[in-house]
Amino acid sequence: MAKKESTFISMVFTLFLVTLFASAALALVYEATKEPIAEAKRLKKMNAIGEVVPDFDNDPGVEVKKLGMGKDTLYFYHARMGDSVTGIAVETYTYTGFSGLVKLMVGFRPDGSIHNISVLEHAETPGLGDKMIREKSFDKKTGLSWSSQFEGKDPQEYLLKVKQDDGDVDAITAATITSRAFCDAVQRAYDGLQEIDGTEEQKSE
Amino acid sequence: MSQWKNFSKGFFKENAVFVLLLGLCPTLGVTTSAFNGLGMGLATTFVLVGSNIVVSLIKSFIPDKVRIPSFIVIIASFVTIVELVMQAYVPDLFAALGLFIPLIVVNCLVLGRAEAFASKNNLVTSAIDGLGMGLGFSMALTILGAVREILGSGSIFGFKFIQGDGMIVFILAPGAFFALAYLVVIVNKINKKQA
Repeated sequence: MAKKESTFISMVFTLFLVTLFASAALALVYEATKEPIAEAKRLKKMNAIGEVVPDFDNDPGVEVKKLGMGKDTLYFYHARMGDSVTGIAVETYTYTGFSGLVKLMVGFRPDGSIHNISVLEHAETPGLGDKMIREKSFDKKTGLSWSSQFEGKDPQEYLLKVKQDDGDVDAITAATITSRAFCDAVQRAYDGLQEIDGTEEQKSE
Repeated sequence: MSQWKNFSKGFFKENAVFVLLLGLCPTLGVTTSAFNGLGMGLATTFVLVGSNIVVSLIKSFIPDKVRIPSFIVIIASFVTIVELVMQAYVPDLFAALGLFIPLIVVNCLVLGRAEAFASKNNLVTSAIDGLGMGLGFSMALTILGAVREILGSGSIFGFKFIQGDGMIVFILAPGAFFALAYLVVIVNKINKKQA
């Protein structure tokens, strides 16, 4: 097999052709997968919202409020049944996890108490920190998992800190840092909720 | 060398993970469960077959001095295709593999086959080589993932068969090294007996 000679022109020309075809192919695939990717992301978010708030019949993805808080943004999804709000799902974050960023979806009832919490994104240690995910610490006998202790609690009286820090939350065994981060994220969601509620009341007055 | 031998060498004789010890970064990183290992293996197989085919097709047009950059561009394109398709149709698997998908680009197994095999052989032979090597890689990753999942979380392909946790160290990074080391010993033992 005769290899082509490596002259300047032939090298530049070959690389040009190779990159041209590669980018054309990628552009095609990108166009073809753009919509399914957006749809998959939307579905994932809707599932997370559905998990954390009581029954609703609207599309919470339509009415989204944003609030910049700290380094990042909180997103608020309002779930409604008819005209009344049945719950608000807050997409919240913390950077204090054992491996940095943790994203949670926290569902609040209209009275401000926590309905349910699901983990959207994390990089915590498998078997230790990832017990904050409901399925990972689910006990068949009791039907409870670690995050069950937050259900129905009102952060106004329920101190969102682990017991080592004089709070009310039982930390995950051997994953206190993760537990602290979890509390931090939930607290941030609650603070954000108070803030947007405050501005809404002012508007209506 | 018959095509069958060409295909089957990837499983035992020249298995990328157990014998050549290539591509260890994704091997150690993603094999926390059998399902992740299988997904990573199949993604790599697709990239291997694709890049082997393209490289063997255009090998005579590529000047020697720019062959490596050309190969890398081809491989990177296939990896990006896999990444986009996975994100669109199997988002759960994509979330589990995450960072390791783009890292297939620098998996020396893929570039190694392009450079050492596909650039010297014809289309069919290269495609079969890529398929055999890729499936061998998938097999290795699935076995490693299964061993770690059984010992570490007491489940297999997500079906739990014990209460509570297993030996957590096996799904952490050190467990990957332990499990891989013992599997390498076993496969080398078998290969020696056959030889």
